[in-house]
Amino acid sequence: MAKLSLNGICKSFGKTAILKDISLDIEDGEFVSLVGQSGCGKSTLLRVIAGLETPDSGEIRIDGARVNDAAPKHRNIAMVFQDYALYPHMSVAENMGMPLIMARLPLHARLPLLRHLAPAHARERPGIQRDVAEVARKLRIEHLLDRRPAQLSGGQRQRVALGRALVRDPKIFLMDEPLSNLDAKLRVQVRREISELHASSGLTFVYVTHDQVEAMTMSSRVALMQGGSILQMGAPNTLYGNPDTVDVARFIGSPEINILPGTLEDGVVRCGEIVLPIAPAAGGGLRSGPVQVGVRPEHMVLETVPELAYPARAGRGLSLTFRKQTIEDLGGEVLVHGRLDGHPEHDVRIRAQKSEAYGCGGSLSEARDWEVRVNPAHILLFDAGGMRLRAEPVLADDHAEPAALQGGLRKKLDLV
Amino acid sequence: MATATTASPLQRAQARLAYWLVAPATLLILLIYIVPIAMVIAASLTDYTLVSDYFEFVGLDNYRRMATDDQFGNALHNTFVFAVMFLPAAFVVSLVLAIAIQERKQFRSILEVLYFLPVTSTLAAMALVWAALLDSRQGVINGVIAALGLPPLNFLGSQDLVLFSLALISLWSTIGFNMVLFLAGLTAIPKNLYEAAAIDGADHPLDRFFKVTWPMLGPTAMFVAITTSITAFKLFDVVAIVTRGGPDKASEVYLYLAFLEGFEYFNMGYSAALSLVFLLLILVFAIIQAVVVDRRVHY
Repeated sequence: MAKLSLNGICKSFGKTAILKDISLDIEDGEFVSLVGQSGCGKSTLLRVIAGLETPDSGEIRIDGARVNDAAPKHRNIAMVFQDYALYPHMSVAENMGMPLIMARLPLHARLPLLRHLAPAHARERPGIQRDVAEVARKLRIEHLLDRRPAQLSGGQRQRVALGRALVRDPKIFLMDEPLSNLDAKLRVQVRREISELHASSGLTFVYVTHDQVEAMTMSSRVALMQGGSILQMGAPNTLYGNPDTVDVARFIGSPEINILPGTLEDGVVRCGEIVLPIAPAAGGGLRSGPVQVGVRPEHMVLETVPELAYPARAGRGLSLTFRKQTIEDLGGEVLVHGRLDGHPEHDVRIRAQKSEAYGCGGSLSEARDWEVRVNPAHILLFDAGGMRLRAEPVLADDHAEPAALQGGLRKKLDLV
Repeated sequence: MATATTASPLQRAQARLAYWLVAPATLLILLIYIVPIAMVIAASLTDYTLVSDYFEFVGLDNYRRMATDDQFGNALHNTFVFAVMFLPAAFVVSLVLAIAIQERKQFRSILEVLYFLPVTSTLAAMALVWAALLDSRQGVINGVIAALGLPPLNFLGSQDLVLFSLALISLWSTIGFNMVLFLAGLTAIPKNLYEAAAIDGADHPLDRFFKVTWPMLGPTAMFVAITTSITAFKLFDVVAIVTRGGPDKASEVYLYLAFLEGFEYFNMGYSAALSLVFLLLILVFAIIQAVVVDRRVHY
């Protein structure tokens, strides 16, 4: 268990700056995901924490102690690599025993031939075997101990890699995209196992992934990285519901948020012809200028069956005309692509229950116009530069029923 | 063809085409390998000499002669002494060089080229250069030794030193090639294994070598060992050019003896028998490589 803090970490390879002044604090026992597109520096940041890369400047502290100059083995960390990096010539037991052999045996007792003369070798071996067997039992891979990595399936290799990391009893657990080599079904299962491992071990986890779903489901906090900086760090729901920038809003949430151009004039937000029922919060700064309006696909609600879809009644919220173009059938849900009136050049996505889509009448493949409703509380407003503008619903009467908000919230939870 | 009765016309046409397509290669292999080997086998059973067209079959006499031939014993002994000096050095030196060069960022390609250069040169010509360098009186190397205040060494003229000197020349011509093989093997080792090792605590150079490099280099090491062994046993050109087996047969190695018997003493039958035994020796190495490498060193 350990607290990890980074302060002003910079790292460049040649002239390319990979990490730009990264500072973050990770509390004892937290599960923090570093998420971002490839090349955003998340893996490099993890490698800096591990000690595989030396930062050009900045400080790494584990439990308050500066570890910049400490070798990886002295940082009391464990790391699971993307392709597991198991030693192919060693059995599972030998792979998992490696950190213990290194920690418990002196150099001469580790060398080939010579080690048979070393008393430490004979003395420590049973203890190492016992500890390996115990971790193997915990991970349910005891029956694999004599196999080579090549004889294992992807999921089993993943467990062995976890075992090799666990056996050394680390303070901090680092994982570099550990699920990316697994098939979709196994990914969901291992995702849960890692969450359980985190819960039962109480260790500090730092988890790198490009998959926002992984980050959202497993983490206590998510740090979204882009271009070597952390855009926003916070609880998954904060990043989803309250993004600081349009980039965060675009990255978090699947399918991607709909962004439409708009204008702000004297506190009145227009999107195309429509005046949006929101206004920048008092003291928000910007009163006029171009803005970006964001609505998540799951927050655009098909109008025809209001009692099923949305508690708000006609005349409340924002009603839009949507021209359906294509439909992706996701099983229980559908993802509908189309255009909004007044925005012929922007693809707009709506995510809805299949029953709702059928409830709109006609066959799904038929092109026709739908009425779509948006709760103003779900509209995210950004300035032209992509920074979030705090906005509040402006309504003549009281529309922000608690039920409506909760309905929206439940949908969020369904998603994450 | 067992399936001829059930095969469709198309299948039969394809089968015929297949035979036509492999025919040129088959013909070449027959002409270049199979027929000559068969002729050598036939010749080894005769007393055929280069100077006379008359010969008769002598059965296994040529092979029996080997058991009692002092020249053969001497050549075998010299070959093994040479191999014992040459093999470990050719293996270890090139491995150490490869690891040292692999870890360099600067000059890596320059060093690779420099060490590989001898491989591209004509060994026959370079052997003459080495003969001049190692000369007991005017040789540059003896000049250096004299400058250090040490007595001169008769590299090529002393019975005790000549095999050592030959090993040195062969080493010079081989390590570049082995080094490139090892470099290829080293490059193929995933970098993240070293990183995993560093996190596991195996960051001492000896640990890195014994836990990661050496086991991962297994297939390459096996290949280098086999090819270098074959190189050692087929030592010929340097001997033929520099020492001609001398002094006093001290550098008469296996293939040179086979050459002498055939083309100097005209005992073609005996020479053919020697060549066949050599072929069997090489075959043993090839089989070791095929069996051991496939079974043990691959993961």
